[in-house]
Amino acid sequence: MNIHEYQAKEIFSTFGIPVPRSRVALTADQVERAAKEMGGHCVVKAQIYAGGRGKAGGVKIVHHPEQANDVAKELFGKKLVTPQTGPEGLKVRRILVEEAVEIAREFYLSITLDRATSRYCLIASPEGGMDIEEVAHRSPEKIHVLTIDPLMGLRPYQARKIALALGLTGVVCEDCVELILNLYRCCIEKDCYLVEINPLVVTKAGWLLAMDGKVAFDDNAVYRHREYPDMVDYSQLDPLEINAGKYDLAYIKLNGSIGCMVNGAGLAMATLDVLKEFGGEPANFLDVGGGATREKVTEAFKIILEDCDVKAVFVNIFGGIMRCDVIAQGIIEAASEVKCHLPIVVRMDGSNVEEGKRLLMESGLNVQVGDNLGDGAKRIVKMLGQGG
Amino acid sequence: MSILIDKNSRIVVQGITGRSGLFHTQQCRAYGTNIVAGVTPGKGGIHIDGIPVFNTVEEAVRYTKANVSMIFVPPPGAADAILEACAAELDLAVCITEGIPVRDMVLARSVQERSKTLLVGPNCPGVITPGQCKLGIMPGYIHKPGMVGVVSRSGTLTYEAVKQLTDMGMGQSTCVGIGGDPIIGMKFIDVLEQFNNDPQTEAVFMIGEIGGGAEEEAAYWIRENMKKPVAAFIAGVTAPPGKRMGHAGAIITGGKGKAGDKIRILNECGVVVAESPTKMGHAMKEALQAMGKAVPKAAAKKAK
Repeated sequence: MNIHEYQAKEIFSTFGIPVPRSRVALTADQVERAAKEMGGHCVVKAQIYAGGRGKAGGVKIVHHPEQANDVAKELFGKKLVTPQTGPEGLKVRRILVEEAVEIAREFYLSITLDRATSRYCLIASPEGGMDIEEVAHRSPEKIHVLTIDPLMGLRPYQARKIALALGLTGVVCEDCVELILNLYRCCIEKDCYLVEINPLVVTKAGWLLAMDGKVAFDDNAVYRHREYPDMVDYSQLDPLEINAGKYDLAYIKLNGSIGCMVNGAGLAMATLDVLKEFGGEPANFLDVGGGATREKVTEAFKIILEDCDVKAVFVNIFGGIMRCDVIAQGIIEAASEVKCHLPIVVRMDGSNVEEGKRLLMESGLNVQVGDNLGDGAKRIVKMLGQGG
Repeated sequence: MSILIDKNSRIVVQGITGRSGLFHTQQCRAYGTNIVAGVTPGKGGIHIDGIPVFNTVEEAVRYTKANVSMIFVPPPGAADAILEACAAELDLAVCITEGIPVRDMVLARSVQERSKTLLVGPNCPGVITPGQCKLGIMPGYIHKPGMVGVVSRSGTLTYEAVKQLTDMGMGQSTCVGIGGDPIIGMKFIDVLEQFNNDPQTEAVFMIGEIGGGAEEEAAYWIRENMKKPVAAFIAGVTAPPGKRMGHAGAIITGGKGKAGDKIRILNECGVVVAESPTKMGHAMKEALQAMGKAVPKAAAKKAK
């Protein structure tokens, strides 16, 4: 679960991590007023759920409140396209107005999960303010990684080693030790997948400041933090994906015309791969969960059909312990409920397959049954007239 | 022989009185799994379907000599259930639970790593040694005893692979679903190592997906250590980058974890990679033939 930069900084602030003075604005007038508060010279930053905003024109330095107003007018409602947004871009609805700071040095600092060691790890680099993956690729010696033992936690001596490796000395070094320890506390207490400060700066006056912040929460831990759902900015998400989330379905909109409903993420990905192999273009990724229930199948059907690009539906359920006749009934009910006249191909496996197939064939729907994964994919592509 | 579990495994089910815990306990028992105890805190002393329920794993072990646990405890208590299984010094804990917070798993994994208990999962279909012991939520009927070891990060895609193997006459020694979460117990290499040392396992089929670097690590390990033919499939060749495809683990970020790279590296390390999910069985056959091993014939074709 992602949140905006300004929210990340609010959280940092509660953990004693210094951030620049700032205000969030929803209108150009608010931006102007906030800029006046900062003394006119400030940074106007578009808030979207993606990085790479600077190069896309989403971050501008202004010198007067009126100029801030002009920049804001241009940004609000505009779709920013960055390497992380996809070609459609993300619409700017909120702007962060922040005091301009005289920067002496920039660093990179983050704590994230390392699957290889099953631990959180701290990543730091003296090359701040740029794409960290690029730094790692170009000059790996400038990346410092510390694996954190969860039983011991992050200790001051370890944080100090990192601060020293960044080239900090004296008071700023000790400030950085405290900041690193606070960042780890934030990561753990807030159940984060990632906390990132890029850049972390030392100002010309000698203070540490988190100039940009990124926080991603662990979706599995949302139940422990009742405030998290209210922090989501739904304007940054695909409406169909939001709807799917309500029913605990994993849905991702894609660009094709074949709606897909599959149980299990791995099989769902494999299904997209097979469709493409036979020349079809999937309209979505949809995982109804390993043990597809009738209710979920019904909701999934509705969500797939809400996408106007969908011209046919491919259902691939490896029921396993789920009975196929039950799944077939779910499909029939859902299709009749939403008055689906589109061609449907169902590939099912599990107990009572024959009964499930019979129910589908006798349902009066425009449905075909695939014998296996390949056969099903072939049929749906043929019914749609796609492919060679 | 097989790996991890066989007909002598004595199973305790943690979270036995929950809805899915009980349902799958019954399914496993119907398959022939030797379930000797259940654990649900606060319900110790009752019997459920004739299975004695205890308050703690320690008690269950003391009275029933259980040595393997299957965990169905809901997410808020699941990490604790893993820690409890480790404290009771079980040989193996298989955690089916989906949705355990990462922070809890980081802690549980770090304690489990230092214990004598092996962990499979969480968020996995479980482990099955066909014809002997089913420990998880997979459908038993698609499996058949044989000589192919299966290891997978996926659930239902594993069923698809197993079905193809069975239909082509290639039974399985043991199938291990290691789970799709970013933090798991046994990884590909841990399972491959066991298959390598298991006399019954003559070949291995491995199912991976986009995200992370586990498949690449496994590929290099196979090149250096594996004595048996390996075939594989990687799901997500056509997945768009940066999108989370259902599994927390299956995300491609920063150019890492792409299916194409995984396939290339596996190929370079001598693994036969199925080009399509419809060809998983064929890839296994090809790998066996390449090593000059006999390929079992498919049983007489079933009537359509």
